[in-house]
Amino acid sequence: MALTQVTSPHTSEGASTSWVMQQLLLATLPGMAALTWYFGWGTLINITLACITAISCEAVILKLRKRPVMFYLRDCSALVTAVLLGLALPPLAPWWLVITGTAFAMIMAKHLYGGLGYNPFNPAMVGYVVLLISFPVAMTMWPAPRPLLPEGVDVPSLWSSLQIVFPMLAAEPIDAFTMATPLDVFKQNTGQLVEQLYKSEALFVHGDLAGIGWETVNLAFLAGGIYLLARRIFTWHAPVAMLSTLALMTWFCYDGGSSASKGPLSLHLLSGATMLGAFFIVTDPVTSAVSNRGRLIYGGLIGLLVFVIRAWGNYPDALAFAVLLMNFAAPFIDYYTVPRTYGHDRARSALQKKD
Amino acid sequence: MNDSAVDTIPGTIPDAAPGTIPAPEINYREITGNGLWNNNPALVQLLGLCPLLAVTGSVVNALGLGLATLAVLMGSNIAVSLIRGGVTDAIRIPAFVMIIATFTTCTELLMKAYTYELFQILGIFIPLIVTNCAILGRAEAFASKNRVFPAAIDGLMMGLGFGLVLVLLGAIREILGSGTLFADMQLLFGPVAQSWKLQLFGDNYGFLIWVLPPGAFLITGLLIAAKNAIDLRANARRAELKAKPVKGAKRVRTTGAVS
Repeated sequence: MALTQVTSPHTSEGASTSWVMQQLLLATLPGMAALTWYFGWGTLINITLACITAISCEAVILKLRKRPVMFYLRDCSALVTAVLLGLALPPLAPWWLVITGTAFAMIMAKHLYGGLGYNPFNPAMVGYVVLLISFPVAMTMWPAPRPLLPEGVDVPSLWSSLQIVFPMLAAEPIDAFTMATPLDVFKQNTGQLVEQLYKSEALFVHGDLAGIGWETVNLAFLAGGIYLLARRIFTWHAPVAMLSTLALMTWFCYDGGSSASKGPLSLHLLSGATMLGAFFIVTDPVTSAVSNRGRLIYGGLIGLLVFVIRAWGNYPDALAFAVLLMNFAAPFIDYYTVPRTYGHDRARSALQKKD
Repeated sequence: MNDSAVDTIPGTIPDAAPGTIPAPEINYREITGNGLWNNNPALVQLLGLCPLLAVTGSVVNALGLGLATLAVLMGSNIAVSLIRGGVTDAIRIPAFVMIIATFTTCTELLMKAYTYELFQILGIFIPLIVTNCAILGRAEAFASKNRVFPAAIDGLMMGLGFGLVLVLLGAIREILGSGTLFADMQLLFGPVAQSWKLQLFGDNYGFLIWVLPPGAFLITGLLIAAKNAIDLRANARRAELKAKPVKGAKRVRTTGAVS
């Protein structure tokens, strides 16, 4: 009787790229729903536009590079980039903003470097940063969350949202209500104690922890992240390291609520892009460090940078910058954190010369 | 990237002792080709990247810096070639740097006299021409080993090659970044050039990343890629022309050693 020999019979079949990507897309649903509930149709329009752009860019570039188009499109990685970028961009952003950012992410950040698996930088974050640097005004217009809209005003309907995104559809320009984000409120705060701020700013008056809308969105992304952790899509190291460093820095720098305060713990953990970043961006297997120890360092340094830029930088939120800066450093971290090979008693040093 | 101070140019005698005047065959076609394309300072040697990236936000800035660099490069090449018999190996680098610094100062004063606004826009990058490796590289690799006329031609071609890339980069960045072309050309050409400005995409256009340094890196990378692609294609075509089919009857050898 012939027995086929299999190496490592204890390992079951590995997860395919497309399955992982689909799980990731599934896990963004709670966050997507929360964003849509609080800020209207804008997020869904962003995501649709970004997906169409990403898939067309990917197909065209694959064709130009003479690669099998359907094979690569089916792995859904383009969709993940598009969805993450669509979630990060302000809802009701003009159509050209979304298309430019997504095209930049796909062409410049992904395919010029060789496609999926070769990109040193997270494509969605590259797209975001390019837009933030190039079009600061359009990128800082966040709509007001639903409960804070004036009496008698609802979030724009689907049709008027489309008219805001594509101004050529509207006979006359349609207004949308925009509002400072919680991190922005803290950035602009010059004279108020944190306690007063929480009592006077509508965002915090109606919210419980970190501004109405934002806290729910972040909790929803946290839920998605926990689902991914439970499905073992990624290990806990990078997100936990990031969140705990951010928490530690906040705790360390919090002065009890003076006007010069950098913001309380709940604000930093549950506002801005913290949870989206921690579970969907920092965990990107291509651009992060590889080993568990490396991921602890990688995530920790991202948390540190996020806090440093939020507290002392010019931008209210900093996740994209922090992630890109650490993408730079990931190969360097890998170099010093080579794990011990199974069966060896000690880790091989990457500095050691090969024979 | 590569250190052009040690590269050797075909047609020169690298080890010519100081004091002797080598009379190598000078191929001006080759000098021109090297300067403009094959050994372009900006696209192949990747020298002088600092000004290349910093001031090419518009055509006028790029043209201003390109002309200034061209002037210094030609002047220094001629001067270095003139004194090549008189300097010993030990002091040649300081001597070359002094020469380059002199020409840079001259250019700076000229720009202050005639194009003061442009000089202010280019700022520190005019004095910094002195540290442009492309210039010291040409002095060391070519001018110090060749007669005056070839050295001048080499300076001219290298300067033109550098300047053309600068202007191309400036034009692309100006179009993509601010949607204009040939804006502010009056800084260089006087009031006549006031009307040269082309507004391409409407008044509200602005895409800041192309104006900022990251855009310069991206465009430079794409230009280098384009040059390499053109070279690859040209080489492939040349190889195709060379591999001519053998005429006459052929038979396939199936046994025995190939003699």
